[in-house]
Amino acid sequence: MSAIVQFENVGLRYGLDSETLSDVSFSLASGGFYFLTGASGAGKTSLLKLLYLAQRPSRGVIRLFGEDVVTLPRKRLPGFRRRIGVVFQDFRLVPHLSAYDNIALPLRVSGMEEGEIDAPVAEMLNWVGLGDRGQARPATLSGGEQQRVAIARAVIGRPEILVADEPTGNVDADMARRLMTLFEALNRLGTTIVVATHDLPLIAQVSGAQMMRLDKGRLADPTGTLRYPPQSQSKPQGNA
Amino acid sequence: MASRADRKAAAASRHRLLPGGRLAGPMPWIIAIMMFLTVLAAAAGLGLGAAVRSMSADLAGRASVQVVEADAQVRAELAARTLTALRSSSGVRAAEPVDPVALADQLRPWLGDAATSGDLPVPALIDVMLTPGDAEAKIGGLRRLLADVSPKLRIEPHAAFLLPLAGLLTALGWLSAGVVLLMILATGAVVVLAARGAHDSHRGTIDVLHLMGSTDVQIARLFQRRIGLDALMGSALGFSFAAFVILLIGLRLAATGSDLIGAVELDMRGWLILVALPIFGVTLATLTARWTVLRALGRAL
Repeated sequence: MSAIVQFENVGLRYGLDSETLSDVSFSLASGGFYFLTGASGAGKTSLLKLLYLAQRPSRGVIRLFGEDVVTLPRKRLPGFRRRIGVVFQDFRLVPHLSAYDNIALPLRVSGMEEGEIDAPVAEMLNWVGLGDRGQARPATLSGGEQQRVAIARAVIGRPEILVADEPTGNVDADMARRLMTLFEALNRLGTTIVVATHDLPLIAQVSGAQMMRLDKGRLADPTGTLRYPPQSQSKPQGNA
Repeated sequence: MASRADRKAAAASRHRLLPGGRLAGPMPWIIAIMMFLTVLAAAAGLGLGAAVRSMSADLAGRASVQVVEADAQVRAELAARTLTALRSSSGVRAAEPVDPVALADQLRPWLGDAATSGDLPVPALIDVMLTPGDAEAKIGGLRRLLADVSPKLRIEPHAAFLLPLAGLLTALGWLSAGVVLLMILATGAVVVLAARGAHDSHRGTIDVLHLMGSTDVQIARLFQRRIGLDALMGSALGFSFAAFVILLIGLRLAATGSDLIGAVELDMRGWLILVALPIFGVTLATLTARWTVLRALGRAL
């Protein structure tokens, strides 16, 4: 399986502070399902920011889709970003847009014709169980509903990589299970999934997923070898 | 190919990305006030320019000949000879005696009925229009010609007494042009501030759009459209009100019946320039907004 993401000795420092991430090296196979764990403040969100191109590293090399994105000219970044779906920890829904319009955003950004947008957005709303809340503004949705809108928005463009930062943080156990099922379905369609979470039972749910653990800005396994989840000894299935 | 309805729906959804409706903020009103002042200043400059041009034509090509003779009969004979001499001169396009009655009417406010009594030796006047060309040389030639006719003849080019006024009007015209320039700069500055403010207040939305793969140009287009529309509404409002005021002032000027004040007028070219100002203002605002937002976006990753 080819590597879709490669980090080599990546370090990230904000201003003059000590490094938030140090010597991070790993590679993710195309079509894999990965969990990123670690205590609060371990650097999970920072690592994801590097992954979804919201931040450039202070040092090291990051390759996405086979290209070095650290030295990539700024004008080429949008093309890469359109291939990555992101579920933010704080959802980042556009507050004055309806759930429908929030979910449709990636399609409109990519220039899809308006007539072709309605069907996938409606399907996605139903997929996350919000078929009747399409016109609701984020402020009128519960935390769990907002999270589902954020997830729908992240996956509607069929990204090659889906990055999710604590996607089950605001939903109950049942909804968390359903979301993981959605992610697995997406993964079976070939999308590489990277989920940051410290919910170990959730990790155990996904058979074949691999886990990376961050500890104080460093990958806990110094060799960079990814571990299997504790309760699952099955090998990664990738895009099975 | 996208249908018209599709394109309209796509445009509407894009426009929803930034909140707020028309005339929602102070921007259109500020632009309206600035456009109002700009159009008034430009109209003043153009009107004064027209007056100076009109006056300059008079200054360059007109003169008055005075027949200073106390005896009324001799004065009339001398005026007739002078008129003949002037009309035969190659430098004179036209020479007309000023009607003594009209002259007396103009003097009456200062001299009372004495102006028409005949007791007061009021000089006879002849209006002279010169042929196009070097007016100063022609005045010199006429001065020599009149000296040959009689020592009691004097010629006075109109430039001698209208030149300072023309200078004042020219200076006022340039002042108006300066005011227009300053207003344009101020409009640009207001748009820069508004665009920066809008960019800052919508940073969350911009970040999300960026991370979804929006290009800088896509995002800047949202802002330039919003500010362009604000500028369009403000400019239309400001221009309409200014045009109304200009028309009112024009009616007032015409009512004075003064040739000099009446020369302050706007021709078709002047109106076209005034109409171009709001168009220029909207274009300036749109381009400035685009440039400002692109610069701000360029600082982010």
